[in-house]
Amino acid sequence: MAVTPRMSNPLPNDPLPGADVGLDRAELVAMYRMVALARAIDERMWILNRAGRIPFVISGQGHEGAQVGITWALQRGHDWIAPFYRSIATCLTFGMSARDMMTAQYATANDPSSGGRQMPGHYGHPSHNIVSVSSPVATQILHAVGIALAARIRGTGQVAMTFMGEGSSNQGDVHEGLNFAAIHRLPFVLVVENNGYAISVPSAMELALPDVAARAAGYGIPGVVVDGADVLACYRASKVAVDRARRGEGPTLIEAKVTRLTGHSSDDQQTKYRAADELSAERGRDALPHFREELRAAGVLDDETIARIDAENRVAVDDATEYAEAQPDPDPATALDHVFVEGVEGSF
Amino acid sequence: MPVRTFIEAIRDGLAEEMRRDPTTIVLGEDVGRKGGVFLVTDGLRDEFGDARVIDTPLTESMIVGTSIGAAVNGLRPIAEIQFADFIFPAFNQILSEAARMRYRSNNALGVPMTIRAPYGGGVHGALYHSQSVEAFFTHIPGLKVVIPSTPYDAKGLLRSSIRNDDPVLFFEHKKMYRSVRGEVPDGEYTVPLGRAQVTRVGSRLTVVAYGLMAHYALEAADRAAEEGISVEVVDVRTLRPLDRDTLLSSVRKTGKCLVVYEDNKFGGYGAEIAAIVAEEAFEYLDGPVTRVAGPDVPGVPYNHVLEDWFMVNPDKILAAVRTLAAY
Repeated sequence: MAVTPRMSNPLPNDPLPGADVGLDRAELVAMYRMVALARAIDERMWILNRAGRIPFVISGQGHEGAQVGITWALQRGHDWIAPFYRSIATCLTFGMSARDMMTAQYATANDPSSGGRQMPGHYGHPSHNIVSVSSPVATQILHAVGIALAARIRGTGQVAMTFMGEGSSNQGDVHEGLNFAAIHRLPFVLVVENNGYAISVPSAMELALPDVAARAAGYGIPGVVVDGADVLACYRASKVAVDRARRGEGPTLIEAKVTRLTGHSSDDQQTKYRAADELSAERGRDALPHFREELRAAGVLDDETIARIDAENRVAVDDATEYAEAQPDPDPATALDHVFVEGVEGSF
Repeated sequence: MPVRTFIEAIRDGLAEEMRRDPTTIVLGEDVGRKGGVFLVTDGLRDEFGDARVIDTPLTESMIVGTSIGAAVNGLRPIAEIQFADFIFPAFNQILSEAARMRYRSNNALGVPMTIRAPYGGGVHGALYHSQSVEAFFTHIPGLKVVIPSTPYDAKGLLRSSIRNDDPVLFFEHKKMYRSVRGEVPDGEYTVPLGRAQVTRVGSRLTVVAYGLMAHYALEAADRAAEEGISVEVVDVRTLRPLDRDTLLSSVRKTGKCLVVYEDNKFGGYGAEIAAIVAEEAFEYLDGPVTRVAGPDVPGVPYNHVLEDWFMVNPDKILAAVRTLAAY
């Protein structure tokens, strides 16, 4: 699945990578910036965890390229996403800010995901049409299908996209949701980020076939496998699926083969079940350096631009960290709020 | 005032809300062409079309999970689970998702969804078409649970449930669909959620019940009156949020409380009623808080002799009334 970036200098008349699907130079730079920002935030989360500042981290490292490429094909502020706990880059791409991410890590009162009620990784943002994440896996598939159903009935033209790992793909809700979405040709896209592991269980013990996407045939919908280290390939696959959904032609299952560069979470030691040479080889499937070199080879990025983006991302992460550190904890007096729309039980 | 059966009142309530609010949809198994296995949704597909009255595959988790998503994106789904006994594949969606969405999003997202399901025994439904499932759901903060006993309440509470911005479980005792009639006014009215009702005024003893048991409690109370025992009956109507004031006012007046429910006794909804009364009205009690409930077997057996053995009935309630009144 490894990508071979073009290492030769581009000829002046070479089309930009992604020009075939309408991406221009500024968008390519913005996509790279997003992949790098997600990584920078993620790395900071681990530092804060190991420094004892935040109790828990669940990481998206190794998934960012696929997430940015795939999410980029949606209309921000119009379409909906139902993410999962590794969807840091997805949520950033869809409108959440570095501060939004960091207040979630610190569980502050003004954390837009949950006001400090949920663990980090359980992102959500109603004004960006991002459904709140829970922990039982694959439940969100049905929410996205329902969002797509409502979009159809209301005639909004929205597409609903949901994200999960290959481990989640075995849950019954996935089958029930794909079946219903396919029957009604709903504007729905299911993205499986296959990193080869469900915590410690390798995919060979999760799936009898190498590709989750093969299951799409059973629902009569397209199933696409894409290299998750190839950001633009992910964008292309997503654009086809989103356009198809928006035309009313029904759902698509996109499986992005990604890698998990960290343990499952800050409470997991993956060297217990993954060999050192495997982990070392997996580093080669990281989308971030691949994308950087692809864009450098195409003349979109140079050392100066890369350094500037890295510096700007560092400033954004520093700002978000300092901001989140300074925010107050939720007031326990508010812990009974919002059980019901009327407030607490007995108040109506 | 027009008289309607229980099922007609529910059907009328559904149709009127669907006419009033174009964001309402009905989805479930056999709810469209057939009009539901009990015919609660009969005629809705003809009036509102396939887009708003959706025959689903046999996938209860999907019915609920998709309703949650549709609710998040601007609709007001009314999901039918064909029998309450079949709601458990959807339990995770109800517990982990619907009930928690508002709380976990800090009030950013709500789930205005009503889940209707027929429940209860006494109709030869055996283990898997007779269960009372309310206790599983009344345990969960974030859910509203409604069990009406009259056509008037059924229609008025259904309207309130559909219009409410939180998930509501609306359980309908299937034995009452065609056996219970009552006056239902034309025109729009609602019965608010969270309000119990004293359906019979009495002085010596309070019986707390809901659904079919609210009828049996009244029947037992009539017979107790012939023996000189004045029984007050409280119909809970909304199990959660519970109307503690009406419950406790009655028990503080009568000094005795008998809780009746059809579900298995151990850990049933009535156990919570008993605990609340014991905690908050202890000084007023001059007898033990007592329960009449279904026996603790895994389901309602099929054979009619066994089913009669299982079911709470007015005789069993009357016997318990006599015992408690004698304290």
